[in-house]
Amino acid sequence: MTEPPSSPVGPPAGPPAGPPDRVADGGPAAPRSRRPAVTATVAVLLTVQVVALLAVGTYAKTGPRLGGFPFFYWYTLLWLLIGAACMALCAALTRDRPRDPGDAR
Amino acid sequence: MGRVTGPVTGPVTGAVAGAPFQTSFHATETGIFIALFLLVTMVGFGAARWRRASDPRHLDEWGLGGRGFGAFVAWFLIGGDIFTAYTFIAVPGAMYASGAVSGWFAVAYTTVVWPIVFVVMPRLWTVSHRCGLVTPADYAEARFGSRALGLAVAITGIVATMPYVALQLVGMQAVFEVMGVGTTTASGLVRDLPLVLAFAILAAYTYTAGMRAPALVAFVKDILIYAVVAVCVIYLPMRLGGYGHIFDAAQHKFAVANAKAVAAGHRPSAAFVPGPKQLLAYGTLALGSAMALVVYPHTVTGVLSTNSRQVIRRNTALLPLYSLLLAFLALTGYMAIAAGISTANSRLVVPLLIEKEFPHWFAGVAFGAVAIGALVPAAIMSIAAANLFARNIYRPFLRPSASAAEQTAVARLASLVVKVGALAFVLGMDTQNSLNLQLLGGVWILQTFPSVVIGLWTRWPHRWALLAGWAVGIGYGTYEAYQQASPVAHHFGGSLAEVPGLGRTGYVALTAFVLNVAVVVLATLVLRALRTPDGGDATAGSERAGTGAQSPELARQRPPVAAPSAVAEH
Repeated sequence: MTEPPSSPVGPPAGPPAGPPDRVADGGPAAPRSRRPAVTATVAVLLTVQVVALLAVGTYAKTGPRLGGFPFFYWYTLLWLLIGAACMALCAALTRDRPRDPGDAR
Repeated sequence: MGRVTGPVTGPVTGAVAGAPFQTSFHATETGIFIALFLLVTMVGFGAARWRRASDPRHLDEWGLGGRGFGAFVAWFLIGGDIFTAYTFIAVPGAMYASGAVSGWFAVAYTTVVWPIVFVVMPRLWTVSHRCGLVTPADYAEARFGSRALGLAVAITGIVATMPYVALQLVGMQAVFEVMGVGTTTASGLVRDLPLVLAFAILAAYTYTAGMRAPALVAFVKDILIYAVVAVCVIYLPMRLGGYGHIFDAAQHKFAVANAKAVAAGHRPSAAFVPGPKQLLAYGTLALGSAMALVVYPHTVTGVLSTNSRQVIRRNTALLPLYSLLLAFLALTGYMAIAAGISTANSRLVVPLLIEKEFPHWFAGVAFGAVAIGALVPAAIMSIAAANLFARNIYRPFLRPSASAAEQTAVARLASLVVKVGALAFVLGMDTQNSLNLQLLGGVWILQTFPSVVIGLWTRWPHRWALLAGWAVGIGYGTYEAYQQASPVAHHFGGSLAEVPGLGRTGYVALTAFVLNVAVVVLATLVLRALRTPDGGDATAGSERAGTGAQSPELARQRPPVAAPSAVAEH
């Protein structure tokens, strides 16, 4: 059900999974010292939402309701919003350096 | 289009067995629909002039819109892959018919997909940009030095796209049917004429303007759609007694349906909330669909037509807005239950709901939105599949000397062929369970995931092993999907099958994918032991070296050199 590259569904706190590491990396010139912390944070932020939604058993129930929505439904939507916030954070964390010509707008 | 059949006098009973619904022709409704359609057509043709390129004959221009789309256009364009007839017709239909497992999983899928996009796509963008690659098959071919692998990925992409385009056709068909345009005539030719006409227009402007057409039309489409969705999710619940009542109605309907099914000796098919035995099905549908979306050629095309990878990352934080609206659109399936819509043909659920609850003029706008919402993705999908044919089948195997202009010409023709292939799926499959069309495409396309995505991080898999894994995955997936029967189809009736060894059903695509990866690993170990030579890596170092200064033009003039790999390999 899971495989390494697409869904880093591992222990989030462990050594940074491969995918976010390289993605977070703007290029060889990027200061390496800053990277591990950023990488780990990005890995956690991305992993958490995937794990939360794929652990269907943790939320497959009808109550408590919220605004008429059964738990199963509003919980999914809640993670949708949390996920968007996480990715906004990740995008900010992994921003390529402004002078990077390939990534300039 | 309205002239095709002329006004049908009085309400006519729909042609669907067991579904007594009334379709009737309304001049206002159809008039507004046609006006919107004409507007979009003009925008589509006009798009050819938008940001006109220096060298319009290059495939980058027709097939990737010149790779120049910024954050704003990209948001609409990539979001367009989410907002399709899948969203309007298939998902609410599935919610209406059987609830959470076959419908609401789409919300989980369109949530889970963005982190995956965040991880995979910037990297694919970087390599493709620097090496001048256009398609996922280009990447597999260049990365593993295997034209055969590129061919496998390309054929899979083209075939998997066809049912997805077919889903768009089904969506439009549903709208025409409820509008009472053409569909109630006995003659098959006249019945399908509106659909054929709509698709002919689509084909014509895709042919002319390429990727620019759907990008520009996507604006019109999404503005319309956002307006319609906003009205639906605010006005309809007010009319129907609030979301609490809507959910109650759905829960009640499924309880009754399941009790009936059990009494008749069948397995209960509906689920308001997934039961213990359905958790795996729900999870695998969500994850499998999300992984599949990442390697669908049209998604890759959309992503590659952006002008920077930062655009992609930032967009993953904004694109969930589409997922949120998909969620509320999915709930229109439950609203239809609360509104007392009764049909056995689930693809008609949303059009019937709109027809019943709204005045004719608004129904015209809404139907226009749905039809245009089917056209844009259909255009993007057929362009993507056409790129695959031109780049990965025609050039390497049929005419190696093909110039860029010739490739573009071939791609344009191929985009027409894809649409014809889609028609074959519409005619040959159970279109009531239209969601299945997309899931079936997912079964196939997911088997290219190892060659395209895993390759972004490691060249450890051997090229022949990837090919073997692909073949096994495709074989198993197709066989299992073929075995699934639905009430109206003996084969290809669904995409859930029992996962061997688990005693639960899961999405066939993911089961096949796991098998695929297992074969890749084993075969690689064997091939390495036999010291079978690897292919060269034409993308070596491009994902990390440099800072992206190399423009596509430069890459074209100076083909990437297969330098000793700078990437850490095993």
